Amino acid sequence: MENKAAKAGGKSMGDVLAFRDLTLGYDRHPAVHHLDGVVPEGALLAVCGPNGAGKSTLLKGIVGILPALAGRIECRVPEREVAYLPQAAEIDRTFPIEVFDLVSTGLWRRTGLFGGIGKADRARIEAAIAAVGLEGFEARPIGTLSGGQMQRTLFARLLLQEARLILLDEPFTALDAGTTADLIALIERWNGEGRTVLAVLHDMELVRDHFPQTLLLARETVGWGVTREVLTPANLIEARRMCEAWDDGAPACAPGSPAVERAA
Amino acid sequence: MIYDYLIAPFAEFDFMRRALVGVLALGLGAGPVGVLMMLRRMSLAGDAMAHAILPGAAIGFLAAGLNLFAMTLGGLVAGFAVALGAGAVARATQMKEDAALAAFYLVSLALGVLLVSLRGSNVDLLHVLFGTVLALDDATLLLITAISSFTLVVLAVLWRPLVLESVDPGFLRSVSRAGAPTHLAFLALVVLNLVGGFHALGTLLAVGMMMLPAASARFWTRELTVMVGCAVLIACASGVIGLLVSYHWGVPSGPAIILVAGGAYALSVLFGPVGGLLPRLAPRRHLEA
Repeated sequence: MENKAAKAGGKSMGDVLAFRDLTLGYDRHPAVHHLDGVVPEGALLAVCGPNGAGKSTLLKGIVGILPALAGRIECRVPEREVAYLPQAAEIDRTFPIEVFDLVSTGLWRRTGLFGGIGKADRARIEAAIAAVGLEGFEARPIGTLSGGQMQRTLFARLLLQEARLILLDEPFTALDAGTTADLIALIERWNGEGRTVLAVLHDMELVRDHFPQTLLLARETVGWGVTREVLTPANLIEARRMCEAWDDGAPACAPGSPAVERAA
Repeated sequence: MIYDYLIAPFAEFDFMRRALVGVLALGLGAGPVGVLMMLRRMSLAGDAMAHAILPGAAIGFLAAGLNLFAMTLGGLVAGFAVALGAGAVARATQMKEDAALAAFYLVSLALGVLLVSLRGSNVDLLHVLFGTVLALDDATLLLITAISSFTLVVLAVLWRPLVLESVDPGFLRSVSRAGAPTHLAFLALVVLNLVGGFHALGTLLAVGMMMLPAASARFWTRELTVMVGCAVLIACASGVIGLLVSYHWGVPSGPAIILVAGGAYALSVLFGPVGGLLPRLAPRRHLEA
């Protein structure tokens, strides 16, 4: 599961995700361009890159919100076993719902649309709320939570989802060190349980300390592999050079011939 | 004395008893639907939908006179076409639902006016516009109560996805495909309740029975289930008080009911403990922790 696995695109049974010449974007303009590679089961992968590099787009593509412009994503985990925490989740904070009820929706896979929430489920929900350090907040309306408490609430819900593949889009933005450390511990616990975690992150220190694998994205792959080898000064500078603006006059990308020299 | 004012009108007159049953049934269905519409930021969508239903009901009226079946069918067809069409466009394209709804209801309204004028008759549409809550016959009463019962059953079944789609639509999308069908089912409920309401209150005022109690309830509680109960209570109370006002002062009953609901809204805005005006202007001392 080193560099080779990421680059070769070879088929191995232990892969959760495979990107095959994947291009994702908006209005035909690519945001992720010709991405190739596989994510092995149990990986703890950080997705890094400058703003506009296509990190969030990639996660949206994986969960299927955004159809691919070209190429494909092979997700070997059933859809219901994928959990996705979007950047600035589109949660209506004014909606009158309590922490307990919001967290309980994490049991969706078991309860579905109509299933009841029994005694055992209530215990699990309370345990999840306790695990993110929110005891005593069960009956609080979500509108009264701070940003950090809200993120802890969402992590409690992720905890209940027990997904095999967990996608986190900038989960620690605007969180203090304490909250970040607590949530990182949860991520490491998930990884220890054999779950695959992809997290979009901007804090390189945090990535170096906690994420063994990194995908450095700047629309195209700049580097993908062991974090220490990917997050080199040279790679970071190359990633930063990426041009954010769309070129309205750009020609159609010819099939089979990657437009720019493929990085990594 | 109190008996004379509050009970006697209903005890003595059959049409008042029917009206009473009608408004209570309407309140029961419209309360929860209104709360969900408000929380889904669709407060004005109800109004648009009412405009969309009007031409359908008017065409039914033109075709068959004051015929319950024809008017109901016309209203349902027009309402569903607009609600489902706008919902489908909003889901399938980049267009937001409010814009799609505006486009659809305006087309429906214009089409209705065109059809009515082609017929060349200046029809008295007052019945459709303002309803006839004091002249509800058995069939209409059955229709209204059936719609309310159906609404409550459907809401009970769809409650979880409906709530989740309002709080966190992204999450619902990620765990289930129930979002779109749930939303369309909810729009259908809105149309049904408006059609039920227009026989009693008229197409345009029927929205009032949904939105005013819901908007009032928002000022009294932060809890969803309590809010729904509150809205039902306010809707039913407005209905009863409105009927009494209309009886004692001899004013039209539909507007009277909605005006009473409007009064409840004004009181809620002023005194409601959750973000009301007075509690904000004269806050109590802050707590220690």
